[in-house]
Amino acid sequence: MSSGTLYDKVWNLHRLRELSSGSTHLFIGLHLIHEVTSPQAFAALKEKGLQVLFPDQTVATVDHIVPTTTHQRPLDDSLAEEMLSTLESNCSEYGITLHGLGSNMQGIVHVIAPELGLTQPGMTIACGDSHTSTHGAFGAIAFGIGTSQVRDVLASQSLTMSKLKVRRIWIEGQLNKGVHAKDLVLHLIKHLGVKGGVGYAYEFAGPCIQSLSMEERMTICNMAIEGGARCGYMNPDEITFKYLQGRPFSPSAKDWGKALKWWRSLVSDPTATYDDEVCFNADQISPTVTWGITPGQAIAIDEKVPTPEALDPNERSLAEEAYKYMDIVPGSTISGLKIDVCFIGSCTNGRLSDLQAAANVVRGNHVAPGVKAFVVPGSEQVAMAAQAQGLDKTFIAAGFEWRRPGCSMCLAMNPDRLEGRQISASSSNRNFKGRQGSANGRTLLMSPAMVAAAAINGKVTDVRTILTN
Amino acid sequence: MNKLPKGAITTIRGKAIAIKGNDIDTDRIIPARFLKCVSFDDLGGQVFADDRKEQNGSHPFDLKALQGASILIVNGNFGCGSSREHAPQALMRWGIRALIGESFAEIFYGNCLALGIPCAISTQKEIKELQDSVMQTPSLEWTLDIKKEQIISTCGTRNLRIDQGAQEMLIKGNWDATSELLDQKEDLNQARARLPYLNNFKAIES
Repeated sequence: MSSGTLYDKVWNLHRLRELSSGSTHLFIGLHLIHEVTSPQAFAALKEKGLQVLFPDQTVATVDHIVPTTTHQRPLDDSLAEEMLSTLESNCSEYGITLHGLGSNMQGIVHVIAPELGLTQPGMTIACGDSHTSTHGAFGAIAFGIGTSQVRDVLASQSLTMSKLKVRRIWIEGQLNKGVHAKDLVLHLIKHLGVKGGVGYAYEFAGPCIQSLSMEERMTICNMAIEGGARCGYMNPDEITFKYLQGRPFSPSAKDWGKALKWWRSLVSDPTATYDDEVCFNADQISPTVTWGITPGQAIAIDEKVPTPEALDPNERSLAEEAYKYMDIVPGSTISGLKIDVCFIGSCTNGRLSDLQAAANVVRGNHVAPGVKAFVVPGSEQVAMAAQAQGLDKTFIAAGFEWRRPGCSMCLAMNPDRLEGRQISASSSNRNFKGRQGSANGRTLLMSPAMVAAAAINGKVTDVRTILTN
Repeated sequence: MNKLPKGAITTIRGKAIAIKGNDIDTDRIIPARFLKCVSFDDLGGQVFADDRKEQNGSHPFDLKALQGASILIVNGNFGCGSSREHAPQALMRWGIRALIGESFAEIFYGNCLALGIPCAISTQKEIKELQDSVMQTPSLEWTLDIKKEQIISTCGTRNLRIDQGAQEMLIKGNWDATSELLDQKEDLNQARARLPYLNNFKAIES
């Protein structure tokens, strides 16, 4: 069993008692909600005659169903409008802060909570969304929950949970030029598997992680769940503290010194023990792209799609399903595969540095004929910062559409979706069958820079060839 | 259809149904477009919607002989991906009251338990045999005994594994955790008063 890790320390601080079932009663510091997984939870509260115990520890936004061409009300889609107005009335009835449409703090829940300084080291954070693992980048223990648990957290600011094991993923070296956090995390999932993390919290550590910005760190923790780990985290350091200083909900200047002292005390001890440890080298990672129907079915851009014989026998039937669904031939190259749609955005890669990396690729170039390419900033704050740097103009001049913030085509609950068998280059997190809104649409996951390169050439392209030209 | 789970759950009786394949994600179980709802009530008819459409009537959930089944037999990492409780809700509202599989994704597993739906574990070999016998003899009646951790039919008895905590919660009927959590009001108030980040870090010496 692990001891002395940040996970152990934060767990112990929030552990209330062991329940009769043997699981732990865990206090939740910050609860984030949105329009998709909360309405049934509020309905259940009403049915049981319960109140929200600590409304100031829940924060709401709207992201999944938001159209990205206009935020004008009422929304064209009456079901989407109903979900949004239900969230608005629930927040107003129970006294919960909502960063809704029209607010300059609205955006994807996993983008706004960090940028507003709501997400802080040492917290337990829960949200009815599996990508809540994102917040672990700050040294919080953050995980996705279902709607029944959303109801429990609203009613009691707590839930039942069993303690996870901790696997330390140590990354030596540095990412090469043109290689991004997304490539690193796809590489990790490819090697550890999509269920390798079940039962574990992932601690990402080592020289490579320490060198990354907060936005890059969030990309990695965001996709811990794609590797099966409900929770991924990193130890907070000077980069974390610098990011947090001065944000709207960060500790005040008066409390800053005390906050720093407490945050530093939470870092995993040098003598900490882990349930498992693995090591990777960032120097050896190339731009990485998925070819199949799970995020683990990924290859380096210069590799060939694996043949069934090259795979573990347990992975073969899923690979066969993927070849057929994707219409990809085993042993073929992924580079050069024709693309229909390019999507830059999502809670994985919809932050300012993601848009900057993509803009650096498209500047002076133009989207290939027949390709639909669009950029959806992760939040209003991201959109404003990007516009202040003229990134919107760069993208528009290159033939991209510049949209309003939301989850958009990551899961296509709004009007942005693939049609028929279209194939997308996407900076999002899931390439599941039907994920982007068409039952037979196809998704290739990659970094925003790689999506930009695919948009320019109309086909999967090693972004390093564009950057050197 | 069976009533939705309530109170103590010790056995689940009924026909079984098999869905084969590893890593079946919750987008497959219930595609995102069906999440546009403020109630779970209508999800039963939409379970596996895209897979069923593609298989044009031959999907297990559309086979006449398997209608009314209550025990779902699956392979590895079932329910991975999105945390949407809509997935177990859709299965439950179609009629599923228990799952048996090689392994389950964690959030999905917790969502099932919160609805009173046990997820029991067995080996790859045993699961394959169970799936084969379900598809060969769909009319077979099964009994899942939570306490004994067994699945029983006229074909014999097979041992399963059910996590001890889940087993206890189901048998005692306290899988719906809300009231037990609220019983600890004092603990909750103390935690709120103790955690540094909720109290301007006042107990930390600078």
